[in-house]
Amino acid sequence: MTHEILISGFGGQGVLFAGKLLAYAAMLEEKYVSWLPSYGPEMRGGTANCSVIISDEPVSCPLVTNPTVLVAMNAPSLDKFEDSVTKDGKIFTDASLISQEFKRNDTSNFAIPSTKMAEELQASKLSNMVLLGKVVKETSVLPFESIINALKKTVPASKQAMLEINKKALETGFNA
Amino acid sequence: MSEKVLMKGNEALAEAAIQAGCKHFFGYPITPQTEVAAYMAKQMPKRDGTFLQAESEVAAINMVYGAAGAGARVMTSSSSPGISLKQEGISYIAGADLPCVIVNIVRGGPGLGGIQPAQSDYFQATKGGGHGDYHLVVFAPSSVQELVNLTKEAFDVADIYRMPVMIMGDGMLGQMMEPVEFGAYTPREIPEKTWATTGTEMKRKHNVVNSLYITASDLEELILERQKRYDVIEEKEARFEAYKTEDAEIIVTAYGITARIAQTAVNKAREQGIKVGMIRPITLWPFPKKAFAELDTNKVKNVLCVEMSMGQMVEDVRLSLDCKIPVDFFGRTGGVVPTPDEVLTKIKALYEGR
Repeated sequence: MTHEILISGFGGQGVLFAGKLLAYAAMLEEKYVSWLPSYGPEMRGGTANCSVIISDEPVSCPLVTNPTVLVAMNAPSLDKFEDSVTKDGKIFTDASLISQEFKRNDTSNFAIPSTKMAEELQASKLSNMVLLGKVVKETSVLPFESIINALKKTVPASKQAMLEINKKALETGFNA
Repeated sequence: MSEKVLMKGNEALAEAAIQAGCKHFFGYPITPQTEVAAYMAKQMPKRDGTFLQAESEVAAINMVYGAAGAGARVMTSSSSPGISLKQEGISYIAGADLPCVIVNIVRGGPGLGGIQPAQSDYFQATKGGGHGDYHLVVFAPSSVQELVNLTKEAFDVADIYRMPVMIMGDGMLGQMMEPVEFGAYTPREIPEKTWATTGTEMKRKHNVVNSLYITASDLEELILERQKRYDVIEEKEARFEAYKTEDAEIIVTAYGITARIAQTAVNKAREQGIKVGMIRPITLWPFPKKAFAELDTNKVKNVLCVEMSMGQMVEDVRLSLDCKIPVDFFGRTGGVVPTPDEVLTKIKALYEGR
């Protein structure tokens, strides 16, 4: 089984971190994994994205061109990548920021108001974690516990307070 | 130390260098390899080493020249335009027979070019980017793990043959993260550095670091001596990986990250019943000529070379094959990365045209 995941949004929304957390969790689960960011001037307020591949076999090409899972955190990302999602793939969007309808009807589409949900947790920047929670719920990528394990290992000791709120955001998305 | 960690290529290569005993790093920042210097800046002072951000690439390579002359393990890192600036120093270091490691995380060129991944510095790396009769050993890793292993080995190879070794990656390999283990490498046997300028303590004749030989016959003699070493390297150090080549009628060849892209295309073509395999050069100099020269011409009908350039390694592939098998080329350049589907289309076209 190979999951090709593309997470895309504005620079600053935490798309790279969401991907990193997923990759780290997959590594802890002994999966083959790669994480590839877009890099360059577009990161300054423009769009940023990362390719994450999680597989039972060694990863050959680390670049995701046809994602099985797309997480679009803003409208330009949905515009850019919606067509590239594989048939029967899954698309996740932040409905707080994206008002447009999905063009695709051969994919499973999940629009949740993740920014609004994060704000309700007093953590407006954790829309990425809310969406990631939803991704884990609706796909067979990884068990929820492994994401929490990865979170525990990646959050530095000096920022333990961040752990709880990130966990809560993941749970909110998972239960949405 | 065999626990897996998730690391960016640039950071993993810096860590590997420190573990290999690199005590001095001199560099100047440039995208997409700046994380190498950032990691060194953080770690070197804690680990008994020196990190110095030079005022320019030219200064950095000359600092490498100095530290190498003293027999220290030393590295510099840059990306394409920066490597061009270093060429004078690299030629001097080769001319003085000194070991060092030079990292080029290649980006699109020529000129300032762009910052996205490319492989268009192949000619510069393998055919002598600076002046004079010299070579660098050039390693082309295709995963973060291989980047770690080859970085460690690069220091050994440099010391064994007393010459600069280049690690040639690209923006994609430098920026991506993969799980890596650091425990896997067994060091090679390193000769004592009797030539190093470490002070005589009045006990021996002093050593000289020099690349100037005014008498033509002296210079020729030295170059011929060095050539003998190059011949040994061509014999012993050429390396490649063969993938599904046993029954292949089409051979795809690619190096570095492009080989990963090509491998996906090879797998997809195999699913469609096309007998295709891959040869991945791991050393670009010495070029693994035998891997191509020994292909069965009755079986292999086509060779397809895929690069992130307008076609540079393809010349070495053609020379190795000596016109025995037709060689086609597919490349994207300027920072555009080829997709597996583009490579697959090319493979299918060749297969149908057999």
